[in-house]
Amino acid sequence: MSALLEARDVVKRFGGLTALSEVSLTVERGEIFGLIGPNGAGKTTFFNVLTGLYSADQGAVVFDGKPLSAAPHQAAAAGISRTFQNIRLFANMSALENVMVGRHVRTHAGVLGAVFRTGATRAEEAAIRSRAAELLEYTGLSARAGDTAAHLAYGEQRRLEIARALATDPKLLALDEPAAGMNATETAGLKKLIERIRADGVTVLLIEHDVKLVMGLCDRVAVLDYGRKIADGAPAAVQRDPAVIAAYLGGNAEAAHAP
Amino acid sequence: MRLPASQAGKLAVFTALALLLAVLPFGTEALLGRSWVRVIDGALLFSMLAIGLNVVVGYAGLLDLGFIAFFGIGAYSYSLLASPQFGLHYPFWVLLPLGAVVAGLFGVILGAPTLRLRGDYLAIVTLGFGEIIRIFLVNLNRPFNLTNGPQGITLIDPIRIGGFDLSKTYEVFGMKVAAVHSYYFLFLLCVIASIILSLRLENSRIGRAWIAIREDEVAAKAMGINTRNIKLLAFAMGASFGGVSGGLFASFQGFVSPESFKLMDSIMIVCMVVLGGMGHVPGVVLGAILLTALPEGLRYVQPLQQSLFGRVYVDPADLRMLLFGLALVLMMRFRPQGLWPSKRREHELKGEA
Ligand SMILES: Nc1ncnc2c1ncn2[C@@H]1O[C@H](COP(=O)(O)OP(=O)(O)OP(=O)(O)O)[C@@H](O)[C@H]1O
Ligand SMILES: [Mg+2]
Repeated sequence: MSALLEARDVVKRFGGLTALSEVSLTVERGEIFGLIGPNGAGKTTFFNVLTGLYSADQGAVVFDGKPLSAAPHQAAAAGISRTFQNIRLFANMSALENVMVGRHVRTHAGVLGAVFRTGATRAEEAAIRSRAAELLEYTGLSARAGDTAAHLAYGEQRRLEIARALATDPKLLALDEPAAGMNATETAGLKKLIERIRADGVTVLLIEHDVKLVMGLCDRVAVLDYGRKIADGAPAAVQRDPAVIAAYLGGNAEAAHAP
Repeated sequence: MRLPASQAGKLAVFTALALLLAVLPFGTEALLGRSWVRVIDGALLFSMLAIGLNVVVGYAGLLDLGFIAFFGIGAYSYSLLASPQFGLHYPFWVLLPLGAVVAGLFGVILGAPTLRLRGDYLAIVTLGFGEIIRIFLVNLNRPFNLTNGPQGITLIDPIRIGGFDLSKTYEVFGMKVAAVHSYYFLFLLCVIASIILSLRLENSRIGRAWIAIREDEVAAKAMGINTRNIKLLAFAMGASFGGVSGGLFASFQGFVSPESFKLMDSIMIVCMVVLGGMGHVPGVVLGAILLTALPEGLRYVQPLQQSLFGRVYVDPADLRMLLFGLALVLMMRFRPQGLWPSKRREHELKGEA
């Protein structure tokens, strides 16, 4: 079987700034793939291209054997789901409702079904609710089901985003700095959760600054620096790569980037 | 059969409410006179409008300042097909659904070009749309006389259900049931239906998608919501409530002209929704009732001034706008979530304060 995700020479520019410069990478089915790099390296931009929020200026992304179309809602339908670096929950909806929204793309009820409360709609609605409750349980949030998302603690909000993303039945779960702002205990819990998600058959693409977490969790990592991929491979090998060390230490990166 | 206490309580409240609503128009007429029954009828029509606008503004978070246009479109589509204007006289059960569909289509026509706009920009475009519709209604009498221009359309058919003509007075159990009463019951049924419809939509996959878009459009997209279609659906659904309300209005009045569909009316409906409690159906109905009834109450101020001071210092119409503005400012300052907000909205605005 082909790789789950294959990005080829993806370029994304913002005016004069090249946020992604011919980035190519391959994510295999069932792996946890880390995407790391210093601040402003283009990691989030890569996610945005992947999920259709931005369209690439050049290059192509093939997902599950098919080229990805640009529309964001189609990325979710195709099986890519994500969380956001700066949490984007539906703040005034309850935790349960947030996850229920995630079921949208896998369900069908329309206006007529809603208005007439047909048997099919009621059955679907019940299924949405129970699946959402299941995912809250899965992410350890059952106790907060009825609480407004905005009132959840920071770490809980991050996990709720994961539950909501899982509700779309993704093949690829893209996590943008899920451990940001978490304490050590929460991070350990998160690590377990991600391992469990992978064990349940979902491929994970992970952006993370927490080096320990990345090294402990990922099968492979790619390193971005100033929009360019400077290394990829097994975590231990990448960690020793001089280019990577230079990038993280500041090195000549500034000079190399100058136009 | 014995009911659990809470259920029995509910039943009692329900029965009391039903009885109250049944005697309301007669009691009002006996106490305050017939003009107040008309006010109640108007409040019911505005309730439907507020429920419709609430779908667009309250659920989907799309500010629409031209909503009265859909009321006008509903009123005219009824009028043109049930009046001497073209000699057509279709029955109401064809025309009211048709009004919903036509208004819904116009909702999509308005929605389509504005999909990328939000907030202030959307408000300005919808405001323009409302005016464009009114100006069309004024000017579509040449070269072909479609709308009869500023004179409007007269002699619109009343609603007839079987052999029962709602515009005539009947005697029921010794009570005189006039047009204002018959229409009251029809409007009441329509409002109840609108409330049920709206609540069912709110608590459905579609309603959640609307609210998700209001909360965070980017996240909604990432969840696979086709925001374009779902927003258009909000415009269409909201507009169709307006269309039905317009058709009812036309048949009740027997006369429509572009005068009834002005910007001020659009703003009024927005105020009903905001004041009542955006996104909360009972709240917006309350808003509609209050904002229809209060200005009528101000009519008494004129004779009051006359008797107190011997002359009229403030014209009631001016006073109305003055108090209205004051009420809005006070609301925004002290109770931005509205008089009767949904739990969700309450959290949101308390959080900001
Ligand atoms: N919408 C945008 N418009 C203009 N520039 C942007 C936009 N989004 C990102 N950028 C720029 O693109 C570059 C890459 O940003 P990106 O957010 O992808 O970095 P990142 O690797 O996620 O960094 P961090 O670790 O800080 O999250 C940055 O210089 C950023 O300022
Ligand atoms: Mg980032």
